[in-house]
Amino acid sequence: MVNWANFISQCFNGLVLGALLALISSGLTIIYGTLGVLNLAHGAMFMLGGYAGWLAYSYSGSFIAAVVAGSLFTLIVGLVTERAIIRYFYKRPHEDQLLVTFGIGIVFVETIRFFFGSLSKAVPPPPPLLGITPLGFMFYPTYRLALLGIVAVALLALYAVLYRTRIGMIVRAGIEDSVMVDVLGIDVYKVFMLVFGIGAMAAGFAGIINAPVVSIAPDVGEAILVQTFVVVVIGGVGSFPGAVLGGLIAGEIISITSMFNPGYSYVMLFVAMTLVLVLRPYGLLGTAGRE
Amino acid sequence: MLRQRPLIVETLTAAALIAAPFVLPYLGFTPPTINRILVWGLFGIGFDILFGFTGLLSFGQSAFYGTGGMVAAYLLTVVNFPHVITAVFIGMIAAAVVGFLVGLIALRRTGIYFAMITVAIAEVFYFVEFNPLSAYTGGENGLPGVPTPTLYLGFTTIHFDSDTKLYAFLAFWYFVVLVLALRIVRSPVGAVLRAIRDNPVRAAAVGHNIHGYKLTAFVIAAAYAGFAGGLLGIMQGFMPPDAFTFDTSGQLVMQTAIGGASTLFGPLVGATVWLYLSDFLQTTLHLGATWKLVLGVVFVLLVCFLRHGIVGALRDLASLAGRRTPREAPVSDSTIAAQPATMSSAASVVPLPSHASKPGEILLTAQGLTKRYGGLIANDHIDFSVRRGERRGIIGPNGAGKTTFFRMLTCESPPTAGQIVFDGRDITGMSVTDVCQLGLTKSYQINQLFTRLTVRENLTIAALARLRGSFRLDLFRSLLALPGLREQVERTLELVDLRGRLDTPVSELAYGEKRRLEVGLALATNPSLLLLDEPLAGLSPRERVETVALLRSISKGRTMIVIDHDVDSLFELAERVTVMQEGRVLVEGTPDEIKGNAKVQEAYLGGVHGVLAAE
Repeated sequence: MVNWANFISQCFNGLVLGALLALISSGLTIIYGTLGVLNLAHGAMFMLGGYAGWLAYSYSGSFIAAVVAGSLFTLIVGLVTERAIIRYFYKRPHEDQLLVTFGIGIVFVETIRFFFGSLSKAVPPPPPLLGITPLGFMFYPTYRLALLGIVAVALLALYAVLYRTRIGMIVRAGIEDSVMVDVLGIDVYKVFMLVFGIGAMAAGFAGIINAPVVSIAPDVGEAILVQTFVVVVIGGVGSFPGAVLGGLIAGEIISITSMFNPGYSYVMLFVAMTLVLVLRPYGLLGTAGRE
Repeated sequence: MLRQRPLIVETLTAAALIAAPFVLPYLGFTPPTINRILVWGLFGIGFDILFGFTGLLSFGQSAFYGTGGMVAAYLLTVVNFPHVITAVFIGMIAAAVVGFLVGLIALRRTGIYFAMITVAIAEVFYFVEFNPLSAYTGGENGLPGVPTPTLYLGFTTIHFDSDTKLYAFLAFWYFVVLVLALRIVRSPVGAVLRAIRDNPVRAAAVGHNIHGYKLTAFVIAAAYAGFAGGLLGIMQGFMPPDAFTFDTSGQLVMQTAIGGASTLFGPLVGATVWLYLSDFLQTTLHLGATWKLVLGVVFVLLVCFLRHGIVGALRDLASLAGRRTPREAPVSDSTIAAQPATMSSAASVVPLPSHASKPGEILLTAQGLTKRYGGLIANDHIDFSVRRGERRGIIGPNGAGKTTFFRMLTCESPPTAGQIVFDGRDITGMSVTDVCQLGLTKSYQINQLFTRLTVRENLTIAALARLRGSFRLDLFRSLLALPGLREQVERTLELVDLRGRLDTPVSELAYGEKRRLEVGLALATNPSLLLLDEPLAGLSPRERVETVALLRSISKGRTMIVIDHDVDSLFELAERVTVMQEGRVLVEGTPDEIKGNAKVQEAYLGGVHGVLAAE
């Protein structure tokens, strides 16, 4: 009954989507872990990365330029947003932080709609990665395979920054206890700004490298944001490995369910989230006390 | 504001609802816009109870709005159910049931987790509506042909078939559910919801089943959303599928924040601003789709600079105007000067009725109580017991495990091993709420107050737990009509000597007063065993003397265990003293025995001297 080639190809799709979600979610989760702010504009950052990349591509025709532009632009947007707005919300209630980031997200989406309209834009994959690759038992789009590698490299880079550098050590210390980091004489605000920028960049980078697979539109970030939430709840808030694991699980659930009936993919995602909440309320790799 | 002049609010609302259709068109509102404002305002009342009053920010209200609307519209269009308003009520009940089930999952966590889970769940509803259930909901087409309501009066039938007539219908129901909401927020349940918003930890510790109350608020919000959804279908003659979108939830949140949360009227005001601006920007200024960008910017600015929304700002202005005449004398002088007199009168006040029956019996025993945090042993096989009516002191150096010990006794944190028996009952593993209901509670080392509420409201919340038990759904009962509440609050006020500060918000109290209120919160739950964790911490020498006298007067007919570092005060207060060191009980005896004990001097005082001598 089940078409095995189809099934394996969906598993691959799930892996690609999962890796992408892992990257976006780790951006969200390091921001939350360090700053204590849940960034509801994170989906909009994903979208902004796509548009900045698309714009760079349409001027230069270079995919590399698009990726660089998408990443840098969202990094800058992240830094500026933190400095101009988010910084004044650390001492305000969580609800206010949610409200303001939600509003910022709408402003980003509507600004893009104002300039570029609601129609979707496409960025083709770079020429060497066009076409399909035979894997022996099936054919698979070359760019998607490459995407898997690109995201893996990006995740490793993020991991290296977080776990192998001084700034990463401060970020991880900040996740544990940002007050203590402040007391130790480290300018946490500078770190916060950088983390917000890096987190936004993770989303923006994902936004542009995903553009050849799913064309970009102003509201493309909304669905991504919801999926990211599920990933973070499953993996555990503030946990980088949790985001990776949760991302892969969510990606596979969406892809495999879509093979049978796409309408149920969110239902299955929700079932998985509920199971995690019942069995491990703090997420698979999360720890208590990060609310 | 809402509580002091109850009927005025209702009357003004009724007057405003009657005047609105005559006034608003002159300001540029079209009749359909006015009707939409009412539906959003009604939707928002329930959301405000959840967000503004209980502090739970849900981004998933669209699920219940859509569910209520779809059930009602399905009944009216496909099933041809004849009674329009009954169908809306059935939709509301369906939304409430769904809300209950969703709440069971979403309320497993709080804060941002709660927000994320509600978003995810609402998205599930959206996809289910569009795909698996599209045969019933019309998928992306929605359900057209929802009939308008009629009212049969015996001699004639009113058809609410024009915008103006529909306004009368919607305004009537808005008024009804608003009055219900006003009753809810003025009821004991409403008071507990505010307590949960301010300090969920303390609300649970004074004996309220906060999970039950949160679920209640969630179901109320879902019911209001479902009702509003039903009205939406009737108003438009068509149940739109986009009721289920994330945009719907987002718009509700934004309108409520713009209007002002925890006001009940905020959502209505917010909807008025929102819909007016969107009409104005689109039709008058011809901005097309850009209207949402403008509103987004307005919203961000409002959140940044106007924290309590429009209604909140108006209220702040009103209270500023009212405050020109000084309300109360400055904090410290008057109360402290009056202290000796009030202290003696407080002592003469009849103590709160207590459970204690036979003094001298063992009231609490802990056996082998152990708490490990990884490799650290905070408490190591503590055996401890206290008799009824006793005043026990606990001293020990920092890190001796005193607070950990208290946290286990009140069941705030479960012991790694050991057993606690209180009043003949094994309470090991019970919840802090249930233990408080049994008569054991604690005043905290670091103040755990309901900071946005007044002194009276703080004590009311604690007293409610004693008078109503941990959970009761007296949603429509007036707080003022609860027998015994006033007395309980006033007796406690007198005991902790805060009568002059009755209507002062906690945030404006002096530190010493906050400390006394902290004790008062524990006292108002009428405990038979009261634990006090460093009640003297941070007080001036004079305040310490007063507080010791206060504790002495409180202790009549009650058992008390007090932790403090002020050894002199504690020896004066306590009948027996337990000395802890490194997670164990070192020695126990009368203050005189302790003073003369060589081990204590060595471990507790001598240690310090030893260090000093070594330097």
